[in-house]
Amino acid sequence: MEDEVILLHFWPSIFGMRTMIALEEKGVKYQYREEEDVMNNKTPLLLEMNPVHKKIPVLIHNGKPVCESIIQVQYIDEIWSDKNPFLPKDPYQRAQALFWADFIEKKLCVCGRRVWTTKGEELEAANKEFIELLKILQTELGDKPYFGGNKFGFVDIVLIGFYCWFPAYEKFGNFSMESECSELMAWGKRCMQRESVTKSLPDPERVIGYVLHLKKLYGLE
Amino acid sequence: MNQEEQVQLLGLWGSPFSKRVEMVLKLKGIPYEYIEEDVYVQKSPMLLKLNPIHRKVPVLVHQGKSIAESLVIVEYIEDTWKTSYPILPHDPYERSMARFWAKYVDDKVMLTLWKACLGPESEREKMVEEAYEGLKCLEKELGDKQFFGGETIGFIDIAADFIAYWFGIAQEASGVMIMTGEKFPKLQRWSENFVGNSIIKEVLPPKQKLLALFKAQFGNDPSK
Repeated sequence: MEDEVILLHFWPSIFGMRTMIALEEKGVKYQYREEEDVMNNKTPLLLEMNPVHKKIPVLIHNGKPVCESIIQVQYIDEIWSDKNPFLPKDPYQRAQALFWADFIEKKLCVCGRRVWTTKGEELEAANKEFIELLKILQTELGDKPYFGGNKFGFVDIVLIGFYCWFPAYEKFGNFSMESECSELMAWGKRCMQRESVTKSLPDPERVIGYVLHLKKLYGLE
Repeated sequence: MNQEEQVQLLGLWGSPFSKRVEMVLKLKGIPYEYIEEDVYVQKSPMLLKLNPIHRKVPVLVHQGKSIAESLVIVEYIEDTWKTSYPILPHDPYERSMARFWAKYVDDKVMLTLWKACLGPESEREKMVEEAYEGLKCLEKELGDKQFFGGETIGFIDIAADFIAYWFGIAQEASGVMIMTGEKFPKLQRWSENFVGNSIIKEVLPPKQKLLALFKAQFGNDPSK
C-alpha cells in the first residue's frame, strides 16, 4: 500500500519549510496544500488535523496528523530511516542536535519576530539579541560545512528557513547579515545548492513583500 | 562504550525540570551522583562551563560530556539506556504524539499555570482562562488511561510533573484554585497515581519546603 502524505503549509512559514525540506531530502511523494488564508480563514482540514494549535505545518501521513515542525522532522527521519538520515546515530551527537534545534526554536524564532514588529529602542534591543544569537550559532558551526558535520542534517534543516528571511530582517532591522555573520551566510549559500532547499525556500523579495503587508495590516509601520 | 561510567546530574532541589531527569534516571535504575546547584545564589564554575549557553540546570554529565535541557536529556537517557523502562513508545507515530504533548505542557501549559498563580494582576484573568483551556486539552488527551503513557509512566507524564505535584502546592500557596478534582477528575486521578508511584515519590521535593518557598515568592511580590 502506498503511503499517502499531505503537507499543509503556508509558503512564508519557516516552520513549514523545515518539513518540506525533510520530505524532499527523503524523496517522499507528498501532496502540497497551501493554507492560503491561514490567519483569517483556516480550512476545515487544518482545524480537524491540528485542533490544539490550529497552525501549520501539519503533516498528514495515511490520515494521521503530526504537528509541530521539529517533531515532524524527527518523525520523517524515523519513518523513512533508510535514506539520508538527519540525526546522528550516536546518542550524544543526537542530543546536541536536539539541543541546538531547541535553541533555535526557543530563542531565535521569538527574537526574529521582534526584529520586524518593533521600533525604536525595542528594535535596537531585538537587533542586538538577534545578532548575538546568530553569532552563537555561527560559533557552533565553526569550520564544519554543515551543522551536521560533513552532511546536511537535522540542525541545518531547522535553521535554513531563516536564510530567505535574512534580507527581510536586514531591511527592517537595518543591519547587514554579511558584515555581522559572514560564515553563517556562507553556510546558507551552501545549503541553497541543495534541491530540497531551493524548492522549499521562497524568494526573499517575496518574503519582504509579505512582511510589508503584515506590517500594514497590524499598523506596525 | 562503558555505560556504567559515572553519571552526574547538576540540579536544583525544587525544580520540576531537574526532577524530570532524576525521575527517569531512577525509573531506569541508573546510578548517578547528584550535585545541588543553588542557581539563585551563585552559579558554580562547573555549571557555567558545562552549560555556557543557558547557564541553567539540569545538566547531565556522562562520559565526560554534558547535555542540557531537561527533555533533551530525557531523550538522551532513553537513547543510551535502551533496555530498561522505556520512556518513549516504540512506534514512530506514538513517539511523535508523546513529543507533541510534552512540548504542549512545556511551552503552553506550565507557564500559564504558574502565571495564573503568581503573575501580575493585569494578566491574571487571561492566564487563568488559558490555564483552564490547557488543562481541558490535557484532560481530554489523558482520557481513561492511568498515565499519559498508558499503563506505565512515560514521556508526557514526566514532562507534566509540574502539573502533578508542584501546581497543587502553588495553588495552596496562592489561594488560586484552577485544577480541582471536580473540574478535572481525570487529571486529579492521574496526579495521585503519579505522585503515589513508589519511585517518583522518592524523587519529589518535600511539600512543606516547596510550600514555604512558594508562599515567600507569592507573598513578597505578587506583581512579579
